[in-house]
Amino acid sequence: MRALLPFYRRSRRLRARFGGASKGAPGLGEPAQKRELLRDRLTTRRAFLLAGAEGALVLLLAGRMYQLQILDSGRYRLLAEKNSIALRPLAPPRGRILDRSGIPLADNRHNYNLVIVAEEAGNPRQTLAAVGRLLALERDEEQRVLRDIRRVRRFIPVVVRDNLRWEEMARVEVATPELPGVSIEEGLSRRYPLGPDAAHVLGYVGAVSKRDLDGDPLLEMPDFRIGKSGLEKVEDGLLRGKAGTEEVEVNAYGRVVRDLARFPPRPGADLRTTLDKGAQEFAFRRSSEQPSVASLLIDAWSGGVLALASVPSFDPDLFSTGLSPANWRALSTDPKHPLVDKVIAGVYPPGSTFKPTVAVAALVAGVITPETEFFCPGYLRLGKAVFHCWKKGGHGTLALHDAIKESCDVYFYHVAMRLGMERLAATARVFGYGRPSGIGPPGEKAGLVPTPQWQKAARGIPWEQGETLISGIGQGALGVTPLQIALMVARLITGKRVVPRLVHSASAGKPAAFAPLGIAPQILSFVVDAMVAVVNEPHGTGYALRIANPAFAMGGKSGTAQVHRISRYEREHDALTGTKVPWQDRDHALFVGFAPVGAPRYVCAAVVEHGGTAGGEGAAAAGPIVRDILLDVQQRARAGPPEVANAGAPSSRPRKAS
Amino acid sequence: MLSSAAEIFRRPPRLREKLRRLPWGLAALITFAFAIGFAMLYSAGNGHVRPWASRQALHFLFAFLPMIAAGLFDLRRWFRAAYFVYGAALFLVLLVDLRGFAGMGAQRWIGLGVIHLQPSELMSLALVLALARYFHSRREEEAGRLLPLLVPAFLILAPAALVLKEPDLGTAAMLLLTGAAMFFLAGVRPRYFLAALAAAAASVPLAWHFLHAYQKERITTFFHPSSDPLGAGYHILQSKIALGSGGLFGEGFLHGSQSHLSFLPEKATDFIFTMLAEEFGLVGAAALLGLYILICVYGLLIALHSRSQFGRLLGLGVVTNFFFYAFINMAMVMGLVPVVGIPLPLVSYGGTAMLAVMCGFGLLFSVCVHREARMNRRGDTQAA
Repeated sequence: MRALLPFYRRSRRLRARFGGASKGAPGLGEPAQKRELLRDRLTTRRAFLLAGAEGALVLLLAGRMYQLQILDSGRYRLLAEKNSIALRPLAPPRGRILDRSGIPLADNRHNYNLVIVAEEAGNPRQTLAAVGRLLALERDEEQRVLRDIRRVRRFIPVVVRDNLRWEEMARVEVATPELPGVSIEEGLSRRYPLGPDAAHVLGYVGAVSKRDLDGDPLLEMPDFRIGKSGLEKVEDGLLRGKAGTEEVEVNAYGRVVRDLARFPPRPGADLRTTLDKGAQEFAFRRSSEQPSVASLLIDAWSGGVLALASVPSFDPDLFSTGLSPANWRALSTDPKHPLVDKVIAGVYPPGSTFKPTVAVAALVAGVITPETEFFCPGYLRLGKAVFHCWKKGGHGTLALHDAIKESCDVYFYHVAMRLGMERLAATARVFGYGRPSGIGPPGEKAGLVPTPQWQKAARGIPWEQGETLISGIGQGALGVTPLQIALMVARLITGKRVVPRLVHSASAGKPAAFAPLGIAPQILSFVVDAMVAVVNEPHGTGYALRIANPAFAMGGKSGTAQVHRISRYEREHDALTGTKVPWQDRDHALFVGFAPVGAPRYVCAAVVEHGGTAGGEGAAAAGPIVRDILLDVQQRARAGPPEVANAGAPSSRPRKAS
Repeated sequence: MLSSAAEIFRRPPRLREKLRRLPWGLAALITFAFAIGFAMLYSAGNGHVRPWASRQALHFLFAFLPMIAAGLFDLRRWFRAAYFVYGAALFLVLLVDLRGFAGMGAQRWIGLGVIHLQPSELMSLALVLALARYFHSRREEEAGRLLPLLVPAFLILAPAALVLKEPDLGTAAMLLLTGAAMFFLAGVRPRYFLAALAAAAASVPLAWHFLHAYQKERITTFFHPSSDPLGAGYHILQSKIALGSGGLFGEGFLHGSQSHLSFLPEKATDFIFTMLAEEFGLVGAAALLGLYILICVYGLLIALHSRSQFGRLLGLGVVTNFFFYAFINMAMVMGLVPVVGIPLPLVSYGGTAMLAVMCGFGLLFSVCVHREARMNRRGDTQAA
């Protein structure tokens, strides 16, 4: 205050200036003094004007402050909260896939990833070099990590190596003091205990692609995995669960400053399937004895699929952890199509396995009776064309029972001729051919049941009677999946419209309430009996496959799907025997069986690609597989259901969004 | 009396006398403003004197001595040095344009060993000095005519053009505003201001053409801040959010959520006022505004009590310059004017800015100490 005092005294002089009363100043002449005074006065006046303007600006500032901090304060406070509170999704653990008795076929395993936080590492390059000495980090791996570090903010962990093995973890743990910023992060990854054995039916999980985005916030989380094929894909909605959220206070760079609230995620539900772990393993192992096989086992009473094997297969774990480009190339270019589930997506001519269908169709149509006989000289001449029987020299005269048992082609040429393609196709459809069964996993094929109308519409050429003839023995344009073959037999032995399924339901194990086929039971049982004879009577094409124990005895039908057109030369010179034929030219061997014969329940079908010799019968390659699978499942059923070991999943700790 | 008075002003005033005459009240107000800045920088460092507060204290100490020294330096010597100071400052600005290096995306700095000098900050003081001398030497009537105004107009426009080219839109605007204020105080007729304003308005399209893309963006953003909340409008939107969430009493010292969660950009420098207003609310912001008003009124009184036109103009120029600095910064963070990168005087972190502001006050101190000094048109003590 004392400092201001002189100004107070001086202000009288100021007033004097405004008043114009001059006391005069020493050392200045009169005109100069006057001029000086005038200028002084002008500047002072201007100074006050300027100060006034500045005062107005100050008022403007004050008004703006009042507006922002008092009037609009609420609005900005709201914005401020939105600024600093982030909702982060929490991923739920994925539901497990169980077999019919509750044994996990797909579950979650804790995995441990080595991560580095650049901020704490100080010199990431140096730290990485140290890690590299411990884990044999490759050069390009190191480059990738350094690139990732540059890309993300410095406090975000970057994965150096995922799925650490125990001894790797141990090595890192011991060296932790020398590795600043390096830590081991825990996560959940999908594990398939059966590995490749059930890869096709279970499918696999993989990173979310842009196509998969459906508005679920979970899908936008990095590292989230969703079902990409098989049951994992079809039942993804069930297995995925619901995202939880975590409310955190973050700063402008997204770094979490404080946890505010947590709403835990809802874990995905477990999926109980109709599969039987033991049967599945056995079917795959047994099928693996041939290079390329599709086999399945279904319970005809419930439609439940107990086993579904497609050989060769792949390791589904590779997909959930990330497939290397080289692996992917190898899998996708393999001529045996390891990535395709051949049981539902492989389409083959049914060959002689189609004959029971033809027989039922003919009996239903009334064009033959079980007693109708035809003579087989080994061929049938139609106009200029000659249609051969697989047995050179022919079967002689036989009736329907023996024609099925011995799989006489000429007999079925006659039947097909009398029946006509339309009626044959209609019955084939009743048995499930020509349309997808709706079993679930993506990629199921419909197959093809040709008719004259279809041929005209699709191919624009008229239907020849010869085509009806070869359809009678399951060749020609006919295309079926292994699943459809098994389904046909399941419908035949039950007389019901059995629908296959993979998802377990309460009624599993009991005969399900399927709609009847609408075919006279006598007709069905006659054909079933003939199929029993195929395996159990001498001269039956599958007699060699018979099961000694009558309680487990099976019936069935063999078939061969021709891949290579047999030339007259080859037929006359017996050129097509044994190993003389290149693998890819050999016929597909088919067999479908059911057991036990007294009360048929289990149906098994197998297609061995290129498993036969051209012109030979498929029983040799496919039959033993079917027999062994059927025997195995019956023995297993007698032994009683397996103990469900520890069905507990890894603790349902959700992963954090990183 | 005549002889004794003449004798007083002829002999060099004793140092003790000069020290007594220094406006210590103003020095106290300045120190108080610095203290507020120190507290805010402590908060900006999340409750640590590092990295800002401690260094800012050094800046203040190092600037305080030149301020006192400038205050003790004789006003008549300042008068004589005015054009030299102006020339030196202009040379430095030119040097920056020629070989300064880019900092913060703009060429504003000049490296002198360990110090980075920002000459454009000193330029406005040099301009005030030069204009004060020029108008002191001119008769009042001359200020009313056009021709004698061409020289001072050039004195303003030359550095303004150079600074604009750096590019530093804010400082260029400061130079123009301060220069215009000096013209006004010197008694230039209002009609010339209207004419200059018209000319300026006419040249806006041309000037727009010469602006840098980021400068254009800042200006368009100013008019449509919400058009791009995460891009160019981010600063101003975040600043308004922080201000608004401060409310009447603020969120408390060290508890400004927006500032401490780093949503507020440049919180230690250009946007420190926002931080203050967030933590201390309208009350704190108004208190700082009041402090600035006190400083300005004090300075205004010092200037008006000077017996020489040079002292008056110099003092008024310094005060006006200081006022514009504070006003533009506060108006900027409140979204009243475009973001132009003008720091808050005495509070914002920054060495050169502190030095420049304190040197300005040093000139004001000199005006105060030598308020009784009379000068003729040539700046001598003797009558004309």
